[in-house]
Amino acid sequence: MDAAAHIHFVAAAYAAGLLVIAALIAWVAVDYRMQRRILRELETQGLTRRSAATSAGQVAREDA
Amino acid sequence: MRITELANPSQFLRVADRAMPWLAAATVLLFAVALYQAALAPDDYQQGATVKIMFLHVPSAWLSMLCWGLMTVAALGTLVWRHPLADVTAKAAAPLGAAFTLLCLVTGSLWGRPEWGTYWVWDARLTSELILFLLYLAVLALWRTVEDPLRAARAVAILTIVGAVDLPIIKFSVDWWNTLHQGASVFRIGGSTIHPAILMPLMLMAAAFTVLFVTLLLAAMRNEILRRRVRTLRLLQASATG
Repeated sequence: MDAAAHIHFVAAAYAAGLLVIAALIAWVAVDYRMQRRILRELETQGLTRRSAATSAGQVAREDA
Repeated sequence: MRITELANPSQFLRVADRAMPWLAAATVLLFAVALYQAALAPDDYQQGATVKIMFLHVPSAWLSMLCWGLMTVAALGTLVWRHPLADVTAKAAAPLGAAFTLLCLVTGSLWGRPEWGTYWVWDARLTSELILFLLYLAVLALWRTVEDPLRAARAVAILTIVGAVDLPIIKFSVDWWNTLHQGASVFRIGGSTIHPAILMPLMLMAAAFTVLFVTLLLAAMRNEILRRRVRTLRLLQASATG
């Protein structure tokens, strides 16, 4: 088989692989920043999860 | 630390944050070595350079099935043990599985055109892999359709367990039916039929893809835990203002 004749199929496959992996990395990175930002905004409004408040209290007691 | 302590989402986040940089570094290192070995691998005497598509196609096919297998275990965790991280795992894994299944189908088509003369044929292996992709899309749709995460998790868990029937069909389709797709050539009784010069980069690529998958899964699980915390705080906010 003539290798050069089909090299564009190999190139297209590796381009597809790169695209899919880059998209997945971008998805988790962007999602992480977004969730962190929203959490920070909600916490600056004084909202705290009950379990977080409890564990913070425990840490404070342990520190004391 | 005991493995059961990971069931606590806060503890899981701490472990994930510590493990992520090491896993990311291992992924980069493995891909660098695997791609170097893949570039050095000789052309196949029949397929020529197109054999190098295998280094992407086979690992993505393995991951497409491994991911559904993991989701099936997580589904049992949701329905039977009600493990706190089970549906987090299932929800985080689904988009990754869908992506790797899509990559498997696309690279398979690009490999099929020069080898078989067609991008697609409705043979048992290709069709069962396409069904797996559609199952992933169904799971993703179900997560978005049911608003309550606990009800969505149970519905997804049932669909996942039913869909697991497709895994042995994919694996043994080339034995049960007469397919254009080749039979098993890596893990088979009597040993691999692939020359070591090509088998070695294939195994390295499989390892690189697997470590990448684990890294992405941990990152996606961390995001899902944060998303649930955001939801809890928004519900608290709504109940306080409402």
